[in-house]
Amino acid sequence: MARYIIKRILLAIPVLIGATFLVFTILFFTPSDPARMILGSSATEEAIEAMNEELGINDPFFVRYFNYMKGLVQGDMGRSYRNNSSVSETIAGRLGNTLILASAGMLFAIIIGIPVGILSAVKQYSKIDNATMFITLFLTAVPTFWYALILVIIFALKLHWLPASGMGVGLVPLLKSLILPTITLGSGYAAMIARTTRSSVLEVIRQDYIDTARAKGVSEKTVIWKHMLKNALIPIVTVVGLNFGSLLGGSVLTETIFSWPGVGRYVVDSISYRDTNAVLGSVVTLTILFTIVNLAVDIIYALIDPRIKSQYAVKRRKKHAQSENAV
Amino acid sequence: MHKAKTQFDPAVKDKQEQRTLFQQAVRQFKHNKMAVAGLIIILILLAIIIATVVIDIVTDQSFYNEHVIKQDLSLRLAKPSAEHIFGCDEYGRDLFLRIIWGTRLSLTIGIAAIFLSVIIGAPFGIIAGYYGKTTDNIIMRFMDVLLSVPYILLAMAIVAALGKSTINLLIALSVSGIAKYARIARASVMVVKDNEYVEAARAMGANDFTIMFKYILPNALAPILVQLSLGIGDSILAVAGLSFLGLGVQYPQAEWGAILTAARTYMLQAWHVSIFPGIALIISVIAFNLFGDGLRDALDPKLKR
Repeated sequence: MARYIIKRILLAIPVLIGATFLVFTILFFTPSDPARMILGSSATEEAIEAMNEELGINDPFFVRYFNYMKGLVQGDMGRSYRNNSSVSETIAGRLGNTLILASAGMLFAIIIGIPVGILSAVKQYSKIDNATMFITLFLTAVPTFWYALILVIIFALKLHWLPASGMGVGLVPLLKSLILPTITLGSGYAAMIARTTRSSVLEVIRQDYIDTARAKGVSEKTVIWKHMLKNALIPIVTVVGLNFGSLLGGSVLTETIFSWPGVGRYVVDSISYRDTNAVLGSVVTLTILFTIVNLAVDIIYALIDPRIKSQYAVKRRKKHAQSENAV
Repeated sequence: MHKAKTQFDPAVKDKQEQRTLFQQAVRQFKHNKMAVAGLIIILILLAIIIATVVIDIVTDQSFYNEHVIKQDLSLRLAKPSAEHIFGCDEYGRDLFLRIIWGTRLSLTIGIAAIFLSVIIGAPFGIIAGYYGKTTDNIIMRFMDVLLSVPYILLAMAIVAALGKSTINLLIALSVSGIAKYARIARASVMVVKDNEYVEAARAMGANDFTIMFKYILPNALAPILVQLSLGIGDSILAVAGLSFLGLGVQYPQAEWGAILTAARTYMLQAWHVSIFPGIALIISVIAFNLFGDGLRDALDPKLKR
């Protein structure tokens, strides 16, 4: 098990280095004049030249990339061109907010999606099943930002139940301000999870061991939650993990609409200001987050699927046998 | 008696066997009512796009400039009425016409982006799957890197570098989708490449290029087409999302996501400006998703009974 986890982590490192290189290269071509942005339009040519030298703008591409990576591993993502603040500090202050929103959205999706999917599968072709399939079809097609607008119009502007934007301070205001963004972010995801759960449970439901469990007199509840779900879980985990990237993408839109002070909104603002360092830092941060979640999914696979675990166990046994033979 | 005849009549049986795989898929697709409904909506949307293009060419864009772009502040945020069935936007332009004309950009960018992703990505996947070993490793590790950056964020970074415009949005979305289709093409080629006809082609002296693109590709095409059609919905949503953020189609061009950006400011005074473009988006995406689902069921041999 430990070998498997270590192998996964080691495989993720080159991918992450490649990803930073890719994003760095793309943004390297952004036409911007950071020195003038920092110093203002009244700055003299000499001052701008000196600033460019200080920022390393005149260095060749690979030197700049190397310096960036050197900073990155020490947690330094350079300075914002817009207001000369530290990009790492800004992101550190915002990352928590993004994580709160993303986890709330993911939790909402899982809590709603899995039970609805199971119900739909157990009662296949019933009215409930048809209704669920129709609603989920609709929800996967709804644009996040449009859905958010409608929720805001109804619950914030007409009914005045919930705040239209911003992040509340203190537990109750925070939770209140979290409700609409969470629903916005989580609904499409919940629909996707419900659909996967349904088809995955349907595949399992006709297996012999389910009949065996029922024949043994196991209660229907135990059959569903223990025998069915455990075996149906792998495709569900895959969908949850793979779509975490689109959840992060969705959080960019959600944060912008609800003025949620997270990393996603920082990217959008920074693009408008051509603040390349800030864009680079945010995209790299969210990519690292995405990679960590995928890593976690790989580890969860091993935990729920004994076949993966045994693969590694067998390898070790074989090696052991080989070394014994050699002796 | 009649029934028995059709069942045992050798002519009927022959006819069934003669049906090509394509005909079988078409039959299967036709039985799926939802998929056919999706296809019909897609054809209607296509007709709308063609009609707007024809009107623009015939009237030399004067209709477009007069009704879709020209502002009339006396009708600012006018509610839906007999004359303007969807009402008017914040510059007094007819919302119905803006949505109709918006169909072109909203859908074609999304569709074109997916096709470009496939055209660029699939050959990489085919080459990786066909040659295997080091070639496969080099290409697929590069694709892993592309996949490790979330789709929308990669597109945003590319737009940030190139600047905000419709063409740059298209480029950004195409590049962001490459890795997905390379992966699908690779997996699909690996299933096909050990078949006898590939070996036969090789024995006949066909070169690698011919084998890959003439013998393997047509047989590996089904999963790629299915994923392509299933991806169109997401791609359309991505176009609207990025335009909504101001990173795509720019003012004053008509595009659904861009209309919604403006609608956001006036959502309390004028709900209709927010509602209608969203409904247009949902209908289009559902249509493409249903079509894609139907195509998958028709082409996926696993699901055939």
